[in-house]
Amino acid sequence: MSAGVDGERRTRGFRAALSRVYAAFVKELLQLRRDRITFATMIFIPLTQLLLFGYAINTDPKHLPTALLIQDDSAFSRSFVSALRVSSYFDVGTAAASEAELDHLILSGRVQFGIQIPAHFGRDLIRGERPAILVVADASDPVAAGGAVSALQGLLSTVFSRDLTGPVAARAPQELPFEVRIHRRYNPAGETRLNIVPGLMGTILTLTMLIFTALSVTREVERGTMESLLAMPIRPVEIMLGKIAPYLVVGGLQAGLILVAAKLLFGVPVVGSLGLLVGLTLLFILANLSVGYTFSTIAKSQLQAMQMSFFFFLPNILLSGFMFPFRGMPDWAQVIGEILPLTHYLRIVRGIMLKGATFVDLQVDVLALGLFTLAAMTLAVARFRQTLD
Amino acid sequence: MTTSVPAHGAPEPAIVIDVEGLTKSFGGRTVVRNLSMQVHRGLIYGFLGPNGSGKTTTLRMLCGLLTPDSGHGTCLGYDILTQSAEIKRHVGYMTQRFSLYADLSIRENLEFVARVYNLDDPRAAADGAIRRLGLENRAGQLAGELSGGWKQRLALGACILPGPQLLLLDEPTAGVDPKARRDFWDEIHALAHQGMTVLVSTHYMDEAERCHEIAYIAYGELLAHGSVEEVIADAHLATYIVTGPDLADLAEHLKTLEGVDMVAPFGTALHVSGRDKTRLDAATKDLREHGPQVWSAGEATLEDVFIDLMSRTKDNFA
Repeated sequence: MSAGVDGERRTRGFRAALSRVYAAFVKELLQLRRDRITFATMIFIPLTQLLLFGYAINTDPKHLPTALLIQDDSAFSRSFVSALRVSSYFDVGTAAASEAELDHLILSGRVQFGIQIPAHFGRDLIRGERPAILVVADASDPVAAGGAVSALQGLLSTVFSRDLTGPVAARAPQELPFEVRIHRRYNPAGETRLNIVPGLMGTILTLTMLIFTALSVTREVERGTMESLLAMPIRPVEIMLGKIAPYLVVGGLQAGLILVAAKLLFGVPVVGSLGLLVGLTLLFILANLSVGYTFSTIAKSQLQAMQMSFFFFLPNILLSGFMFPFRGMPDWAQVIGEILPLTHYLRIVRGIMLKGATFVDLQVDVLALGLFTLAAMTLAVARFRQTLD
Repeated sequence: MTTSVPAHGAPEPAIVIDVEGLTKSFGGRTVVRNLSMQVHRGLIYGFLGPNGSGKTTTLRMLCGLLTPDSGHGTCLGYDILTQSAEIKRHVGYMTQRFSLYADLSIRENLEFVARVYNLDDPRAAADGAIRRLGLENRAGQLAGELSGGWKQRLALGACILPGPQLLLLDEPTAGVDPKARRDFWDEIHALAHQGMTVLVSTHYMDEAERCHEIAYIAYGELLAHGSVEEVIADAHLATYIVTGPDLADLAEHLKTLEGVDMVAPFGTALHVSGRDKTRLDAATKDLREHGPQVWSAGEATLEDVFIDLMSRTKDNFA
């Protein structure tokens, strides 16, 4: 059937409907082609995120940073340390000089494990007094600690069989000649919710704060109010601060709600200082608000701003240590992770809520969050189009 | 209404806008070409031209929203290239599109403006503006819910709230009914009477005739300026007004004649104009003498002049 043979257009029926669908399809495709950022996110979100996360995520992390406190100087201690060094689970880099220093290293999150070999370990072993090796594991992330703890037990049962020969062969294992005391600190029962709930606080805040400000500038542009705002004597930095401030309050309220729910519904305590937690949470909220605002100055429409927010949100979830152990990721992924505010906030919130960390323990992460916020705000002010050029 | 005293305390210049050679292009297309103009204090200066002629772009360059590619000048004595912050403090710019916050009430919008301009008592300033606008009963209503005419009045009210010395109005009465338009112009004349300078763009001819001076811009070039009478006289258009039967056919025929530069229907009459009176007379001699239509000598209107100016420039650009 050729169209318009008898000059009569058919507007009913399946073919006509199909051709209208086709008209809408072509129009949509043309609009999509003009919207470069949407087009780019369609290609890049799946591709980069797949590659990034496919290679980065590892739920059985190895090379976990470990601090040693060795108070015994015997052949046994030395072979224990070298066995640890060759195992792929432990990365023995730090030597602690005292128990206090060992505690600080774990509390600040710089090491995942602290291993203490007490004085006279070798002598007591030979005497058959079953001396104890103390292994302190930071179990605030139970997944990260799990694999290494079981590897450690296997390692210990074989490491001394070489040394226990000759006159001391009698001490060779039927039963281990020494005791391994494993302290799972901060989350002794390995309950996942203790790790997840503080993490969720960071994730929820990231998403909501990003979207609040990501829409703020583009909304003004789309509604046409930006033109008269720009014609008024108000500076870009004043607009930014004025737009961010109300959401700082909103974010603070959100964080308060989550904390109350964490305590009442999930029984997650706040071991450390509540004041410190509130202060640093506000800093984290500010960091995310400034990222959102930066997106808002770059995006040309509210849709683009949303897409940018999600593009930023995904690595925050997957590379920050929220879903998967941070130390399980390859180095390059950890470097990306170190840039993200959520990574630092997770250390802060888990540190304060579960471990009772103090400001001194967390100062590196606080500094990182502060620098990030400053950089995002500077970029936003620089990017802000002060004219309509 | 209070007018703010300029911060520097110097006497206000008699020439409020003085720019020379302004040029602006977007993506290789020149929107404003080598534009120079002077606007005197206390005048209502009409800025006329067809859509896309560069009126909005010029206004935006004057208030610092756009940076000219070349050219220089001053606005209120401040350099338009380097002192846009000072210009913004003393200029009220009313955009073509309604640009107050639709989701804020009338009072909230006005208070926001008052605060941005650091007025001493934003609440009192907003109250004053609401009274002046006669909106006492609707101060709590959302700005987005107002009718077109009220939106324009509110936008003007917000513009003059900080007491600017210069008002830039970009097609303020587009899409507004005749009554609201008249009220709007009365308000503008009252403001000018108080010493405010007003630069208003429009494409309504009746509004042009309400201005003290006009400038006509087309295709980015300033083609004519002066008072309405001066602009008409400068065009040297000879015009006949034709009435009678079959005007549409006559118009088609006239357009083919040498010496007839413009044919335009006005209601039941036809305006026939030529730039050269002798040639126009020669071309239409037969028709004038033998009818059947009635020809009478007329005065060119402002619209005749502008349409003629426009067709001339189009020729230059074609």
